Amino acid sequence: MKPDEVLALMNEPACAHNAKAKSGCARPQPGATQGGCCFDGARNALLPIADAAHIVHGPIGCAGSSWDNRGTRSSGADTFRIGMTTDLSDMDVIMGRGEKRLFQAIRQAIETYRPAAVFVYATCVPALQGDDIAQVSKAAAERFGTPVIPVDSAGFYGNKNLGNRIAGDVIYKHVIGTREPAPVPEELRPAGIRLHDINLIGEWNVGGEFWNVAPLFDELGLRILCTFSGDARFREVQTMHRAKASMVVCSKAMIHVARQLEADYAIPYFEGSFYGVKDTSQALRDFAGLLDDPELAARIEAVIAREEARVEAALAPLRARLAGKRVLIFTGGYKSWSVVSAMQDLGMVVVATGTEKSTEEDKARIRDLMGPEARMISDNDQTALIDAYHELDADILVAGDRYIYPTLKSRLPFLDIDHVRAIGYAGYDGMIELGRNIDRAVHSPVWDQVRRRPGWAA
Amino acid sequence: MAEIVLPTKALAVNPLKASQPIGASLAFLGLARSMPLEHGARGCTSFNKLFFMRHFRDPIALQTTAMDQVTTIIGADDNVVDALATICERNRPDIIGLITTGLSEMQGADVPRTVAAFRAAHPQHAGTAVVPVRATDTLGCLETGFALGVEAIIAALVPAGPAKVRRPRQLNVLASAMLTPGDIEAIRDWIEAFGLSAIILPDIADSLDGHMIEDGFSTLTYGGTPRAAIAAMAESAATLVIGPSLNRAADLLASRTGIPDLRFPSLIGLEACDAFTSALVDLSGGPVPGRIGRRRDQLLDAMVDCQFQIGGARMAVAADADLLAALIHVLTGMGAEVVAAVASARADHLAGLPVESIAIGDLEDLEWLARQHDAEVIVANSHGAEIARRLGIPLLRAGFPIYDCYGAHARPWVGYAGGRQLLFDLANLLATHYQEIQPYRSQFWRGTPRDLEVRKGNAC
Repeated sequence: MKPDEVLALMNEPACAHNAKAKSGCARPQPGATQGGCCFDGARNALLPIADAAHIVHGPIGCAGSSWDNRGTRSSGADTFRIGMTTDLSDMDVIMGRGEKRLFQAIRQAIETYRPAAVFVYATCVPALQGDDIAQVSKAAAERFGTPVIPVDSAGFYGNKNLGNRIAGDVIYKHVIGTREPAPVPEELRPAGIRLHDINLIGEWNVGGEFWNVAPLFDELGLRILCTFSGDARFREVQTMHRAKASMVVCSKAMIHVARQLEADYAIPYFEGSFYGVKDTSQALRDFAGLLDDPELAARIEAVIAREEARVEAALAPLRARLAGKRVLIFTGGYKSWSVVSAMQDLGMVVVATGTEKSTEEDKARIRDLMGPEARMISDNDQTALIDAYHELDADILVAGDRYIYPTLKSRLPFLDIDHVRAIGYAGYDGMIELGRNIDRAVHSPVWDQVRRRPGWAA
Repeated sequence: MAEIVLPTKALAVNPLKASQPIGASLAFLGLARSMPLEHGARGCTSFNKLFFMRHFRDPIALQTTAMDQVTTIIGADDNVVDALATICERNRPDIIGLITTGLSEMQGADVPRTVAAFRAAHPQHAGTAVVPVRATDTLGCLETGFALGVEAIIAALVPAGPAKVRRPRQLNVLASAMLTPGDIEAIRDWIEAFGLSAIILPDIADSLDGHMIEDGFSTLTYGGTPRAAIAAMAESAATLVIGPSLNRAADLLASRTGIPDLRFPSLIGLEACDAFTSALVDLSGGPVPGRIGRRRDQLLDAMVDCQFQIGGARMAVAADADLLAALIHVLTGMGAEVVAAVASARADHLAGLPVESIAIGDLEDLEWLARQHDAEVIVANSHGAEIARRLGIPLLRAGFPIYDCYGAHARPWVGYAGGRQLLFDLANLLATHYQEIQPYRSQFWRGTPRDLEVRKGNAC
């Protein structure tokens, strides 16, 4: 990928970063940073397309320690769980055999696993080598009769966020619009209800959490043409251009997919979240707002009233136990505000939130939720984070998985909100699960025991 | 405080309880050159021998007075004398435990008089100690029978007299039936790490740990507390008592010897371990050895790592009272919820446990309670496997008998390392059986290729 292409991807008109300094896309500080690379972000974004083969073109460092490491779940197809890499050797590099090897790798993947499509991720070494994965993919697709999609995502291009964008860009250019959706058969049309086709963009079905919400969409007559990309299938991604509305669920990084769908196909979109009761209800309302169907709006209100009453009953005892507990949130991007709202739903006090990958708009939302004095932590240094925990007198840290063990070693309660977890927190039922798990973590009797000095050491 | 729920059923279904005689026999299986002799019908002993063989995977020294119809009616005293003489002649043991059963107790056997008759008739066997234990199986359970055995051993073999500490670095340990051979080994290492020595009574680590000996098969025990060591208990600096079931035995030892004792309800989990380490610091006058400190640090780490998985987990636990209490403490200490607790027999300390109620009952009670409260893990002996299968949840094997798992007897539960492994095993069982959100399949997928996926039954 050329520098100007990378720059073009960074330039996202719908992203608030463009208006101000790109704090969310700040350069990493060598020697004091963490977080993934561009390849990591690209593969994460596409991996949930469950019936595709995902081939990592590179030496073993890229896939060897990271394959099948996501919490995303599929309701059926499982090709995505199979780790595939070209495992480039010294000789491949010296002799320039990367392209040939990739071609054969694609053949093997298709012949063995019959995937609906193949995604080929270029990593640093073949990018430096100059492998033309676009040409190899094209040739392989023609030869084997299966779509082969090149994803030019060398790690050195940038961070995970950029990788997400690259993934979205690739999908938009190579996949969306290549097939028409099948009409809904007459017998599946509920009487007296207008059906609407919609897209979800940036929903990853972590721990199967979208299955908490999916039944409501069926009930409301909202056919999800495609969830990009949780529990998605390649053929569904191809039809996204026919939706009547899109919701951008996770991450600004995917917003350009929604924006381009709006520009090219007049599909309106909104940004929302399924974390927390309020946000889940708001997301449903926003669909009604975009779809111009008053009857749908009324049904949505009825569903919201029913679900909120149900979840309220389950949350009441948890609220009593969590009210006033102080939570320090350290998550990237969209989660920085969507999780704030979920914690506040539980009656907890959010003492600070991380904004490492957040955009200006994310930050504006945080200020709306937490007030103008909202403490934002952009430093992703773990020691600083633990210091902030003590300084702010927090009761629990909610963060991604890389913070688990530093926190536990510091003998502090922790809740994992990362994408590798197996527990789903989305939707109304996810909120109950979230409340339960926070309650357990905050009130675990373990903390007192591990902090107490034994008698002989006191 | 726990409410103790007494059984109201006429029928015990899937019994949790094993008998007092089997427990008393186990106490003697922890003595060196010993032979337990059960005074009852042959069946009692046959079953008990198999029970221990399957659990320990070792030959088991166990004999019977083989009461039959005639001797049951007209008196079985001759059987006892015969049996004692035969064992002495054939096996030359140091100690014979003469253990009554429901049958001989019901019959009204006068065991002390019978022992006197044996002594009179066979003076040549005076070198073999005969320790009578009254252990009817109409009361108690394995654990209480074991405690009766320990009490009887103290009464018979520890000399009474005013306190005289001749060995200031020597400790006595009274070890309850809840302790495995692996536990006893760990306790000995723990004490010796402080530069102290221990006489452990009974020492099933020395006899039933499963080790080969040069001579091959032995009709007597393969090791255990030597008779001389039992006598030397009177010269120790202090007694450490592990398990509330041994309180009476401890009282007896203290009253016979005047040696002070320290009592520990359990050695499973951080708090219990710290109490024991603290006592060893006091008794040894030395610092905590580095390797013990390190194991403690490892346990702390396992506690914080495993709390996600174990916290809030609904547990159903069934065991004899000592083990039940120890497990309830360690599980609730990790934030788990003990939703079903069943003890095989009553014990005073059960009422003080931090659960709502404890049923005195059987594994059917455990199954009902576990089902009713939606338990996620069962902790019970191997008989719990079928229950776990019916409920679709995992089983953590604990107690007696464990017959479907190799090495159960070797597992240490006590100590920082044992507790750590327990947390790992429990967390792994929970993680493996974690119920994720069930896939939802949209109605709009009907007639699409997704339908075929459903037929394949995949989900991942």
